[in-house]
Amino acid sequence: MSILINKDTKVITQGITGKTGQFHTEKCQEYANGKECFVAGVNPKKAGEKIFDIPIYASVKEAAGETGATVSVIYVPPAGAAAAIWEAVEADLDLAICITEGIPVRDMLEVRNKMKAKEAAGGKKTLLLGPNCPGLITPDEIKIGIMPGHIHRKGRIGVVSRSGTLTYEAVAQLTEIGLGQSSAVGIGGDPINGLKHIDVMQMFNDDPDTDAVIMIGEIGGPDEAEAAQWCKANMKKPIVGFIAGVTAPAGKRMGHAGALISGGADTADAKLAIMEECGFKVTRNPSEMAKLLKAML
Amino acid sequence: MKIHEYQGKQILKKFGVTVPRGIHCTTVDDAVKAAETLGGKVWVVKAQIHAGGRGKGGGVKVAKSLDEVRQYADQILGMQLITHQTGPEGQKVRNLLIEEGADIKHEYYVAALTDRATQKVAIMASSEGGMDIEEVAHSTPEKIIKVFVDPLTGLTDEQALTLAKGIGIPEGSVAQAVDTFKKLYTTYMETDASLAEINPLIHEGDGTIKALDAKFNFDSNALYRHPEIVEMRDLDEEDADEIEASKFDLAYISLDGNIGCLVNGAGLAMATMDTIKLFGAEPANFLDVGGGATTEKVTEAFKIMLKNPKVKGILVNIFGGIMRCDTIATGVVTAAKEVHLSVPLVVRMKGTNEEIGKQILRDSGLPIIAADTMAEAAQKIVDAVK
Repeated sequence: MSILINKDTKVITQGITGKTGQFHTEKCQEYANGKECFVAGVNPKKAGEKIFDIPIYASVKEAAGETGATVSVIYVPPAGAAAAIWEAVEADLDLAICITEGIPVRDMLEVRNKMKAKEAAGGKKTLLLGPNCPGLITPDEIKIGIMPGHIHRKGRIGVVSRSGTLTYEAVAQLTEIGLGQSSAVGIGGDPINGLKHIDVMQMFNDDPDTDAVIMIGEIGGPDEAEAAQWCKANMKKPIVGFIAGVTAPAGKRMGHAGALISGGADTADAKLAIMEECGFKVTRNPSEMAKLLKAML
Repeated sequence: MKIHEYQGKQILKKFGVTVPRGIHCTTVDDAVKAAETLGGKVWVVKAQIHAGGRGKGGGVKVAKSLDEVRQYADQILGMQLITHQTGPEGQKVRNLLIEEGADIKHEYYVAALTDRATQKVAIMASSEGGMDIEEVAHSTPEKIIKVFVDPLTGLTDEQALTLAKGIGIPEGSVAQAVDTFKKLYTTYMETDASLAEINPLIHEGDGTIKALDAKFNFDSNALYRHPEIVEMRDLDEEDADEIEASKFDLAYISLDGNIGCLVNGAGLAMATMDTIKLFGAEPANFLDVGGGATTEKVTEAFKIMLKNPKVKGILVNIFGGIMRCDTIATGVVTAAKEVHLSVPLVVRMKGTNEEIGKQILRDSGLPIIAADTMAEAAQKIVDAVK
């Protein structure tokens, strides 16, 4: 098993005809069971055409209806990305993964509240991963997103992070010392997003094929602290934690829209302290994440 | 993106919030003319810089005659205004706002911002206006009232009333305060702000509720739909190197240390800075070259880092995913040659085509120090600059 996706997952690509969408769809198709997994694309202007043998439909709803796909990945440019998320939600998919970086915060606020209102009214809950994230991968089964497939190796360690390249860093360290990954999940660097650390930690806790987790966070926002509190009470598996941005000055946006210290509680030091208090093995040296985890197994 | 107070007040006024009459100017003569145009007996001469704490730093003066307007405008224009937000070197004052005086009976605080935990818009208000809200939050948190607004419904009358009553707005002014809060919320949403703060919001002797200050920050992801706000950008108030970097789509932030770093990915860039500190030195900058790091981008990144005279060494840390290590290595070699690099350079490369990348570095004939891990790279650059 794994979390969220596996070799049998059927995926729709929204924005498949754009440059980024095309490039990454091809890479995802080439990875493991990708040929079987990526079954549909969406572009109302190119419905009926094909790209890499993948049929293109006019809408997500139609694509899902025709192919039975339950997951979508979104490469739509920022101005239309929130609408693309909403289209996936309206089609009642299980999971929408939004790779797009640079979506206006107001658009995300609106779509997140629409999603919550839909759930509150008894509608189907669609999970959202991202935006501004690398996607997720279950090694040797399926890769949905922009991460380099070859650094991964199948195994029993979960990885969750707000940062793309730091996820790769953790994965590569694990693979190098002989530890594979159950799933590696990038939740994205935006302030208003879907799945948070706490949600992914719950999934890893429930996954019988995950033995331990590396949780990576960064400055800004309350998410890591919230996840740490939950883990203290519930998590049955060892966790190594790292927070990037000990040296980041307050009030400056460090690349990611969400990486901004705005008070006392969202600094790297404050988060590291809470995680340690909650039983994580925390490190200030990102080069030793995998080594520390191995020592805990 | 930040703007000046006078621009913030123009925006508030457009959305119907009452603000003092005022005129923006850039010379002493114009300041005096502005005061004459405004009329009255009392004027406020306010320095316009993109930082708070201007009053305490001597950038806000109340003038009781046109001579005093001239005197204060002359004092403030061109001064290096130092506040707790400017850093020790201060910020040069190039703009003034001349305003009519206000009959302040009480100072309140109100702000709109996005709350990440609830994914709603928080409207925060306090009876303790005119001071640093972080101080209020620290010493008397009970004096801050917050409501969370669902963007699908907007700020309700009930919520606005909770705020007005909660901060003790006098009965006769409650209706106008409610109206002001709703207009502030609308302004925040319509302009794609990430912060809209009025501190102080005052009530005057005649009961009028008025915004005496305005601080805005805008979501840079949404600027494409607000050309009128982009026009308000004042490059004089921003870091020249950060502006230069943004032209090449590089996320760059100057810091105080002496080790320049060039990294792909925001998280990895912060982690690299942290590792440098862990090994006893301080980073000179944050620099994320992003996913599509071309030779041109890498060259510009080197130029920008090396403009900083404090830089005594450079650490390049690249995790080659889609971006291959050989491409980056070629970029680094070309850049190092083009800028005649004279400080030690440590390169750590990992990922796709790692070995080819390392070979390119070795064959370059440049004194590049290679490293396998972030920690080793940090150790090596720290040793090299000692």
